[in-house]
Amino acid sequence: MDLQTSNPNSLKSRFATRFLRALNQINARKPISSSSSPGEIFQRYRRIKVAADMSMAYSVRSRRTWSRATLWRLRTRSRRRRLASLGRRSSVKTRTTTAASHLAAVVVEKTSHGKENKEDDGGGVGVEAEELRELVPGGESMDLCNLLDETAHYIKCLTTQVQVMRTIANLYSLE
Amino acid sequence: MSSRRSRSRQSSGSRITDDQIIDLVSKLQRLIPELRARRSDKVSASKVLQETCNYIRNLHREVDGLSDRLSQLLASADTDSDQAAIIRSLLME
Repeated sequence: MDLQTSNPNSLKSRFATRFLRALNQINARKPISSSSSPGEIFQRYRRIKVAADMSMAYSVRSRRTWSRATLWRLRTRSRRRRLASLGRRSSVKTRTTTAASHLAAVVVEKTSHGKENKEDDGGGVGVEAEELRELVPGGESMDLCNLLDETAHYIKCLTTQVQVMRTIANLYSLE
Repeated sequence: MSSRRSRSRQSSGSRITDDQIIDLVSKLQRLIPELRARRSDKVSASKVLQETCNYIRNLHREVDGLSDRLSQLLASADTDSDQAAIIRSLLME
């Protein structure tokens, strides 16, 4: 994975900058102390995860279907949360991109799909493609070609995201 | 650089050429550590997709784990003074 990190406009730099800014905001809002409840820590974990996904999707902007789907999903979800907390029930149904509940979806997928390599449709990859659609944001609406193309880009971005997050965590844990 | 490869998509559903699929699948194969070593043609498309799904799930899991780790580290970290150092080292890797 040869990402040009000496370039300040690289995906890695853009993501790192955004994500660090988001971490600062999260930390400033409600600093965690040793007396924080597990619930608060879990909240923080959720916020950080959303910040990471959001930061990456923002860094890619709307150039990719998967990033558009992610931005749409996260924005809609936060809007629903805000409306719900105002006491108004919003009846907006989110599109079911499953990146948010991917773990749940994966468990369901694994148990309900038999791993038979049926060569039933054109590419002979019907079952696996369906599984992939669940994992890549916005995957349901893509044809096979786009799905494969988007997946390649999505993987590159995910690995960058992991790289940067790991670096930050390592640096912070050197305290 | 998402070129519109759907030129071959005619009126009948999914008339995408096999060659395009093969190209895209081998592009994916090169990205997945599990399969990168075995660049031979013996890896079937469905195997590549299968490994791709596993790889993506692993990456998701890593993101979760790192978010968790960060949520605990943020408590003790002094973010301001470390910011510059972190950004600089990230950019110079």
